[in-house]
Amino acid sequence: MSIILEHVTVSYGRGAKRFDAARNVSLAVAEGEAYGLVGESGSGKSTVLRAVAGLIAHAEGRVALAGQTMGRRRTTAQRKTVQMVFQDPYGSLHPNQTVDQTLSMPIAIHKLGNADRRVSAALEEVGMGPTHRFRYPHQLSGGQRQRIAIARALILEPRILLLDEPTSALDVSVQAEILNLLSRLRRDLGLTILMVSHDLAVIAHLCERIAVMNRGEIVEETTADALAAGDVKNPYTQQLLRSNKGFDPSGGELDLLDSVPIR
Amino acid sequence: MMDMPLLRVRNLSVTYPSDDGDFRAVRNVSFTLGRERLGIVGESGSGKSTTGRAIMGLARHPARVQADELLLGDIDLRRQTERQLRRLRGKRMAMVLQDPKYSLDPVMSVGQQVAETHRTHLNSSKAEAKAAALDMLNAVHIRDPERVYAMYPHQVSGGMGQRIMIAMMLIAGPELLIADEPTSALDVTVQSQVLSIMDELVRSRGMGLILISHNLHLVSSFCDRVLVMYAGQIVEVCDAGRLADAQHPYTRGLLAALPELGHRRRDLPQLQRDPAWMDDIITPLETRMPPPGA
Repeated sequence: MSIILEHVTVSYGRGAKRFDAARNVSLAVAEGEAYGLVGESGSGKSTVLRAVAGLIAHAEGRVALAGQTMGRRRTTAQRKTVQMVFQDPYGSLHPNQTVDQTLSMPIAIHKLGNADRRVSAALEEVGMGPTHRFRYPHQLSGGQRQRIAIARALILEPRILLLDEPTSALDVSVQAEILNLLSRLRRDLGLTILMVSHDLAVIAHLCERIAVMNRGEIVEETTADALAAGDVKNPYTQQLLRSNKGFDPSGGELDLLDSVPIR
Repeated sequence: MMDMPLLRVRNLSVTYPSDDGDFRAVRNVSFTLGRERLGIVGESGSGKSTTGRAIMGLARHPARVQADELLLGDIDLRRQTERQLRRLRGKRMAMVLQDPKYSLDPVMSVGQQVAETHRTHLNSSKAEAKAAALDMLNAVHIRDPERVYAMYPHQVSGGMGQRIMIAMMLIAGPELLIADEPTSALDVTVQSQVLSIMDELVRSRGMGLILISHNLHLVSSFCDRVLVMYAGQIVEVCDAGRLADAQHPYTRGLLAALPELGHRRRDLPQLQRDPAWMDDIITPLETRMPPPGA
């Protein structure tokens, strides 16, 4: 299922206090493609993701999924096709609900039936067994929790998966497991993926095309291959690329440091 | 004095008692630190932060800290009372933590917090402390120190907050700085800037720095030497520039599991943990002294 954004703007406040979290964002993701958004905190990348998910009702501009323009309020069927995985598996799972309850809830809301079979299939899909089904989040490791969060997104059989920093709270070895799981799911299920991350290497691993965001705007659209070759034009992208390689003794421009405080 | 290590740690262990027996969060850790930048890397739970806290005397009850040797210069840290330790922390050794949002006092202006360290350790007057704090804010490249001095933590950005922390930690002139994930809460483009400021100060003052991080690229590009920790032990010591030639299967596994720009693989090799890595390493790894003046 394709994703098209045309001139999407999300703003808060009015008049002089108006702040554009995302400004005039346009992009197109073909069916089955994996598209990445990179940027630093406050760049608007998560805002774009939430607009696609339909979590920001007041977004201006056009969001079209599979050619169908989304209205202010989405139907249950429309919601089912777009599911999201959040950054922090410690915060995104209800602490007082077992894995079984967490996974059964979307089935009940969407009146799909066959809850038992669907839950065990979803668990299997993310590489977890029936032994984990009646555990609470605190009884699982970070990687296992993120698997459950992915299972919860997959249980509605969505066509679009939105990933908001899915591995940044995880250790390197666990990150590799989750990235492998995501690329396998993408192959097996033919999912369209829109992923947000601040880590260029992670995003280039999963996505072919990548947009770089800064202060609410897309400053450059590039590809994983171009990033790897260092073939990028925008100075901000170039700096992001240098910083991602580790300590950059040139230090970059100090101007960035003293910019507006970010909460 | 020239060749005397700043810090000497021999056979350090930190044990947490529990119902299922003791949990050894840190064990058999030995190393010496000169006037260099030493990195400690490992995944969460590897004991890297606990090692740092144990050196600072911050591993609290019910943790049991044991060491055959724990020397800061000629001071035996094992024999210090809590009161003596408080005097040492800030004056002789200091620690920068991950997130300035949580480590700065929210109801005190940042300048006052920096000045407070000066007053406490150097017995200075208010005016002296303020002047020293302004100098120090200047040293961490804060452009308008007078204005920033009066600001509260919620008014500064993450990068500035972390520079203020560094100013506060270095104002009393310690010889050892332990930085525990000092840039993990910051944006990548700000990371390098904060690190280069820290590096500049640590070098010009001839201090020793321990950088604790989970980020292999960061540590190998910033430090002189790297200790790799797994399950509470140092499993490998190597020159930072030669991390790519690491021998231990754990280090190699971690490096392989990192996605890499320009080297796209369909699947990332997953780390296969060998139970043998948990075995106690009785003969400590070679922890050579750095060449003098390095």
